[in-house]
This record gives sequence, C-alpha cells and structure tokens, in this order.
Amino acid sequence: MSETASAKAAPARAPRQELETAVVRFAGDSGDGMQLTGGQFTLTTALAANDLATFPDFPAEIRAPAGTTYGVSAFQINFGGRRIKTAGDAPDVLVAMNPAALKVNLKDIKEGGLVILDTGSFTERNLQKAGYEKDPIEDGTLDGYRAVKIDISKLTLEAVKAQELSKKDALRCKNLWTLGLIYWMYGRKRAATKAWLEKKFAKRPELAQANIAAMDAGHAFGETAEMPAEIGGFTIQEADIQPGLYRTVTGSEALAWGLVAGTELAGLKMTFASYPITPASGLLHTLARLKSFGVVTFQAEDEIAAVCAAIGASYAGTLGVTSSSGPGLALKMEAIGLGISVELPLVIVNSQRAGPSTGLPTKTEQSDLFQAVWGRNADSPLAVIASRSPSDCFDAAIEAVRIATKYMTPVILLTDGYIANASEPWRIPDANNFTPMPVTFRTDPEGFKPFLRDPKTLARPWAVPGTPGLEHRIGGIEKDHESGHISYDPANHQKMTATRAAKIQGIANDIPAQTVELGPSKGRLAIVGWGSTYGPIDRAVANLLEEGLEVSHIHLRHIWPLPANLKSLLEGFDQVLVAEMNNGQLSTLLRSQYLLPIEGLNKVSGQPFKIAEIEAAIHARLEK
Amino acid sequence: MNVTTPLEKLTPKDFATDQEVRWCPGCGDYAILKAVQKTMPELDVPRENIVFVSGIGCSSRFPYYMATYGFHTIHGRAPAFATGVKLANPDLSVWIVTGDGDGLSIGGNHLLHILRRNVDVQILLFNNEIYGLTKGQYSPTSRLGTRSPSTPTGSIDNPLSPTEFALGAGARFVARGIDTQQKYLPDLFKRAHAHAGASFVEIFQNCIVYNDGVFTEFTDKAAAEDHQIHVEHGKPLRFGKDGAKGLRVKPGSFDLEIVTPSENGVTDADILLHDETSHTLANLLAAMQPPHFPMAIGVLYCNPIESYTARISQQIEEAKAKAPLGDLNALLQSGHTWRVSD
Ligand code: SF4
Repeated sequence: MSETASAKAAPARAPRQELETAVVRFAGDSGDGMQLTGGQFTLTTALAANDLATFPDFPAEIRAPAGTTYGVSAFQINFGGRRIKTAGDAPDVLVAMNPAALKVNLKDIKEGGLVILDTGSFTERNLQKAGYEKDPIEDGTLDGYRAVKIDISKLTLEAVKAQELSKKDALRCKNLWTLGLIYWMYGRKRAATKAWLEKKFAKRPELAQANIAAMDAGHAFGETAEMPAEIGGFTIQEADIQPGLYRTVTGSEALAWGLVAGTELAGLKMTFASYPITPASGLLHTLARLKSFGVVTFQAEDEIAAVCAAIGASYAGTLGVTSSSGPGLALKMEAIGLGISVELPLVIVNSQRAGPSTGLPTKTEQSDLFQAVWGRNADSPLAVIASRSPSDCFDAAIEAVRIATKYMTPVILLTDGYIANASEPWRIPDANNFTPMPVTFRTDPEGFKPFLRDPKTLARPWAVPGTPGLEHRIGGIEKDHESGHISYDPANHQKMTATRAAKIQGIANDIPAQTVELGPSKGRLAIVGWGSTYGPIDRAVANLLEEGLEVSHIHLRHIWPLPANLKSLLEGFDQVLVAEMNNGQLSTLLRSQYLLPIEGLNKVSGQPFKIAEIEAAIHARLEK
Repeated sequence: MNVTTPLEKLTPKDFATDQEVRWCPGCGDYAILKAVQKTMPELDVPRENIVFVSGIGCSSRFPYYMATYGFHTIHGRAPAFATGVKLANPDLSVWIVTGDGDGLSIGGNHLLHILRRNVDVQILLFNNEIYGLTKGQYSPTSRLGTRSPSTPTGSIDNPLSPTEFALGAGARFVARGIDTQQKYLPDLFKRAHAHAGASFVEIFQNCIVYNDGVFTEFTDKAAAEDHQIHVEHGKPLRFGKDGAKGLRVKPGSFDLEIVTPSENGVTDADILLHDETSHTLANLLAAMQPPHFPMAIGVLYCNPIESYTARISQQIEEAKAKAPLGDLNALLQSGHTWRVSD
C-alpha cells in the first residue's frame, strides 16, 4: 500500500517502524489551513484502509490576530490498524506551524513525541506574540521531545517558485508542504489530495500547481533523507474493516441526513427552524442545502421563534425540527411545554456545550441532561435520546423522528460540540433497506375528538389544517381528555397529567432492551455512559478486559424514558460508575429512579475524557 | 370519508363554535368577533383552510370562538407559530389575533420580523391600551400618565403607535379600524385577506373593565365625524360634516394641516388625494392624533411585493428542478467515498 516502500532511501535512513495506531495533531494559526490539512490527511488515511477518528479544535475568536495563542487552530487524528474509538489521548506527533501553536499544544504531546516545527515562523515578533520570552527551540522547552526543526516557510517558497506567486500566496502553500511530509512519514499516497486541489483551484490552476508542488516537495524532503536520520517513517497495517461503501461524516452531516431519512421514512416533509448558535449551526447550514428533499429551512429571529415556528409547522402537517445549544434550549423551553401540552411531534436537537450561561461555546460538555429531562415548568415529560458518535447521529435522528411521530411528542436529541464537529469513517447504509414508518393523518370526521387517544401508544390523532370536517381548536390551557375543549376540572387535570406521563413512560416498551457493549452482563463493575463518552469508555474497557479485569461497558441511547430492563441490568453489578462530562447528572437520575448506590466519574474541563482517565478510575475501583 | 363544506351555503353562524364566549359583557372583542364571522363566508376560502393563531391575552381567546382550525399558543409568539404554519402549508389562510401587550410588548420582536419578512398572513391587533387578562396593568400603547395597579401614580413610559410600528417594520399592508364599526371592519378584513403578504390591521378595542372610554374622543358617535377620517385610495382626504374639512400639506413644511375649502383661499384642488401606495403619506396619516387631528381609519398603506412564502416556494422549485427529489442514496453517497472489499 505504500508508494514509498521501495524509496531510494539514503543509506543511514532508519527502517520504517511498524505501528498499530498513531495520533497526529496539526496546529497552526487560523490562517494556516490546519482544518483543510487535517481533512485531507483524514481522507487519505481512510483510503489507506485505516480506521480513524478526528477532532477539530477551532479558536473561539472569529479572526484572532495572527500569531497569537488564541488564534491557534488544531486538528487531531487518531488512526490505525485496529478499531479506533476516540481521537486519541496524547498525540505522538505535533506539527506546529508557529510558536503560538507550540505554546498551546506542547503540553498535550506524549513524552518523547515527535514535534515538527516550522523554524521559519519562529521570528522574534512571533515569539513575542505567542508569549515566549526566550526561543523555545533553544531554551530547553523541547527537552524530552524529539524536535524536528525545518524551515518550512523557506522550503515552501523555493518549492513554488515556478508559479511566480506573491509571497503571501506562496506562503499559503506551507500547509501542503507539511502535509506532504506527513504523507511520507506514514507512507501515504498523494493522489486523492492532488485531485482535490485540482478541483478546488480549477479556476486558478497556478494555485493548484503551487500547492501540489509544495506537497511533492515536503514528501521528497522526507524521502531523500533530509529528515533527521533516526526518523524513518512508519507503516501502519490496514484495519480489519467491514466491507462496504464508506465515507467520512461529521456529526452535523450525519444528523442532517438522518433527519432527512427519518422524515422520508415517515412520509413527511421537514420544516427546520433554527437560530445560529455555536456549535449547532452546522446542522442549519447542511439542511439549508437540501431543499430538493422538500426540506424548508427557516433562520428565525431568535431561539423562541425557531421552536415556535417548528411547532407551527408540525401543527400544519410537516415535521417541525429545531436545533440549538444549551442557552438556546433554555429559551425554547416554554414553547416545548406547549408542544407537550398540545401533543404535537417535534424534534429538538441540542448540541451541548460547556456552561453555565455563555460558558465555553466551543468546548464540549454533557451538562444539559437535567435541562432536557426536567427543565420545564410543571410536570412536562418528553422523550430524550442521545447520540454517541458522529456517524451514530444518523440512527439517533431517525429514532427521534420515529418516537416524535408515533407518540405525538417533542423529543430532545442530545449531541455535543465534540460530536457535531468530529468526523469518522461511516459505512454508508443502503436507503432501500430502511424500514418505513409512515405517519397516518386523521381524515375521518366520524367520531373525531382531538384528544381521544390510541389505546396502545396513548398518542392523540394528528389532524392537520386543510382537512375538511376536522376543524378544531388546541392550545396551552388544560384541555378535556377527549374533546380537547378548555377544561378547568380538577379530576381532568389529574388525569391529563397522569396520561402525559404514562404516554412517555410507555415508550420504554417500544425501544430495544439495554445491552452491554463490552464485558460480562453481570459482574464487578459496570461503566455506564451516554453520548460522546462512548469512544473513551469503550477503548478503556476493551484495554482492561484484555488485561483480564472484570469490567463492562453499558452505553445509553435512551435517557428518558430509560430502557425497561436497565434497573435489573445494573443490579447485576457490584459497582456502577457513570462516566459523564458534567457534575453528576445521569448518575443522579439513575439513583433517583432505581435507589441503587451509583457513583459518578465526572469531568468538566471542556475536553473529552482521556482513555487513561477512565482506565485509572476502573483500576481504582477494582483494586479496592 | 371526506366532508367538504359547500361554500355557498356558509353563513356567519357556521363560523361560530359551541364554546361559551368568556369576554366581559360589553367588551369590544364581541363586536370584532362578529365582524370576523361575518367576513369569513365572503372570502371564498373553504372553512378547513382557515387557521386562527393567537398568543395570550383577552384577544387571544379568539380562536376558541371560530369554527375553523385554531391554535391558542403562548404569550407573544403567535407570529412565529403562524410563520411555521405557512412554511408547512402555504395554501392555508392564516389569521393572527393579538393585542397591544401580546403583540408589542412580549411579542414585539416576532411582530417586527413577520412584518419585515412579509409572510402571507393577516394580523389583527386589538389595541385597548391596557393589559386585560392580568387585570389592568398599563401596556406599551397606554398613554403617558395612565394610572394602573402597576403605575399608581401614572405611567412614565412613552406609548407606541401600532400602526406606525408596522409601517416602520416594513409592512406592505397597514390598516386601521374601530371595534364597533360593523360597516367598515369586514371590508378591511377582506382587503387584508386579498393582500398577498403580511397584512396588519390595528383595531381600536374598548376594554370596558380596565380602560373604558379611552378612545371615545374619536369613537363617540357625536365625535366621529369631526375626529375620524376614513381614507380611501384615490379619494380626497376629507372629513367632518359633509366632508367640509380636508387635509393638505402645509405649505413650506412636510406636515399635514387641516383646511376648509372655500376658506382662506383654499380650494378643493388643494385637498390631498389618498394614495395607499405612498409610504410617506401613510406615515403622515398614521401619526395624526386627536384632538388636533382626526384619527385615520381604513387602508392607510397597501403596496404589495412578493411575499416570503412565495419566495420560499420559488427557491424550493428551483432546487427540485436541479436535483431529483428524494434520492436518499445519492445524498448519502455524495462527496468522496471509498469501497472496502472482502
Ligand atoms: S378585561 Fe377588557 S379586554 Fe379583557 S375581556 Fe374584559 S373588557 Fe375585554
């Protein structure tokens, strides 16, 4: 698979080293094109049949001054010849395009890791902007790492001379030079990136040529042993990947497509109403391009208008969907209460971020579980589900549509900033194999009562405006349990409150029984997770099972209602530890529901769990 | 089994529900309800295609009394719900009923945006210059010094004019009516309905319990002639007994003034003709306040442009023409893919 396997390597060149997995982080200024570089490396790595997971880390500022630490943009990829479940704990390789990138990222790098620096950018001014008093290349900062100092700026300028670009444009090819070097390091082919560049710069072929020349030069730099001799490049075996057609997806994309698929399977059109907010806007952007699927997108004047428009759209017979992040969800809650009261389908996507208040918009957290399950006035139950990874958003979205339409209820789908932006390879399902879940609108006026329920699901009929003979009124005032007329009757309110709760609880009988992801189905310790902690928990548990420890991983899709068998499943373990990126929300919920001694492993740093952190927690509990 | 209601047989009664109307006896809302029910059979719209959407407040009880589809939502948000209804089904005739508190205080933002977007709905704002349902606090349209439970020594904020707000927000149809004027209201509603785009109608509505008589200065039968001017497109802006008085632009200024033809050298030709397509004139008419000026009633402004709803439909049609509808596999496989074989 490697085009450099038979390279005319210089005599002193160390042989390619075999690795099972590797973690590389590209870091540079926002203007250095690190996300593009990472994206191309991802694609090429997938084409080389490695499994992988990525995590982009954007600066919070829109256009931070060049060279500053708060303008650093990074992209991390974990890839290898085995199943990859997270973007990796500590990178093996850091590519730092300027001093600020080094300053921000060095602390995360594995001890003894490789640090590739563009010495050309380590000017006095840039050092100053990054807050370095002395040059870290000289002052011992890099002791303990294997530093590779290359004047990438200069080499790039030389490589693209033929294209006669301005110096500014020429320097913009630096990222491709670096990518070429990393391609050489891991024995990657350049063809896909070359084709991509030709397409991207179809109208400016000189830029395509310059970028390709830079990439080739970076590659040649490695191949012709200009690299330090002890760095010989790596070989990574192909992963054992299930056959099929693949692509990479981000959570935002998978979610958008899942919503499209779900509404098509339900035989509905989608009205998506949203208000821009980080990190949820990607969904709006993706769906806005899908008008040919009958998707109407509406950028509302605020969060409240967005959810209200979505409810209005559901009332009129399409599936209303709205999306936001924590603070926006808070604004939507009164309207969601109305959705619960009038019992209309509605999907609310919440890409959680770190809080409270504005918090850390670009950092990830799972701290909206309470808000989703309990965050409304009065007894206002709805269904809450969570997606565990970027590609899983596709299935989670279909499930949200299924529950919302079958049970005539709002459903909150929890993702987070990590899932929304991270990408992973996805085996593309064949849409012809999806199970249709058609919605039936009420059309028969005979015996029609707006709140007369289906005895099995307790769902009320969906009677949409435009249907002759079904003209009726609904609203947020308590209504008679059958006619839907305003009712202040105490017994009726008691009955309606109980019925709304029973309807949502009933969903527990219509979802798969909770299974165990890994490990025995009863035993000493269960690690329970939900959402994006899936990757690190699963890897940690897999690692320790290999070491012979008795530990299991349980991961929840359904947060509310909980799966019917969950209590008995948890009772089968001596210890239950809930690992989540909040101060103990699922653990509190499970304790309150089951009265079991459930412990929490909590992290709220804005960063995902590291595998090692979960491994340590498991060790600590099993060695008690 | 489908039941189609034969249009020609419908009467105002067919638009009344069996629900007991819960407004205070003597409330102006009754008269407006009657006028709306009278209008409906004349619209040539099947009853099942009519939707009334409201927020919270006395006026927002309105949908319960209309035998159409109805959605009584939450405080201030009716425009947003109505927008969603229109996005989902542009063929529906959507009517928003709101008040001065619901529409201009808690819901001011949504009213602003539905008007500027020009979503094809009819908005009836019942202005009674008070919060009724919450028992009489002053509202954003209450006059300076209004004494209410929350302003025992008089309100100190400046009031807002709903009609001027609508014009400022970019509404393309703006009209004004008075609750008791059964003769004029249905025509206003019909014109609002005929206008494709957001149609805004402010209706002066008497709250007999908390703000009784606040409009009598110009609504009183005896005062009407001299204190109301009913504007009609293309007709001279005249009022008073036998139309003795009229409006003209005060020479040397941008303001209107009241003149009497045949006095001081003023002739009939000096009287302005109402041009409902003139935004400038609409603003001048909307700003007139008694006692110095008559209150302008009727269609102040009607100057249609393509509605938001029409533009959305157009974008969707264009997108569908470019890409085949609903090919899910094509979507999932778009962009870069690769095959892993056994
Ligand atoms: S409080 Fe005023 S506005 Fe409300 S119903 Fe009574 S009279 Fe009408």
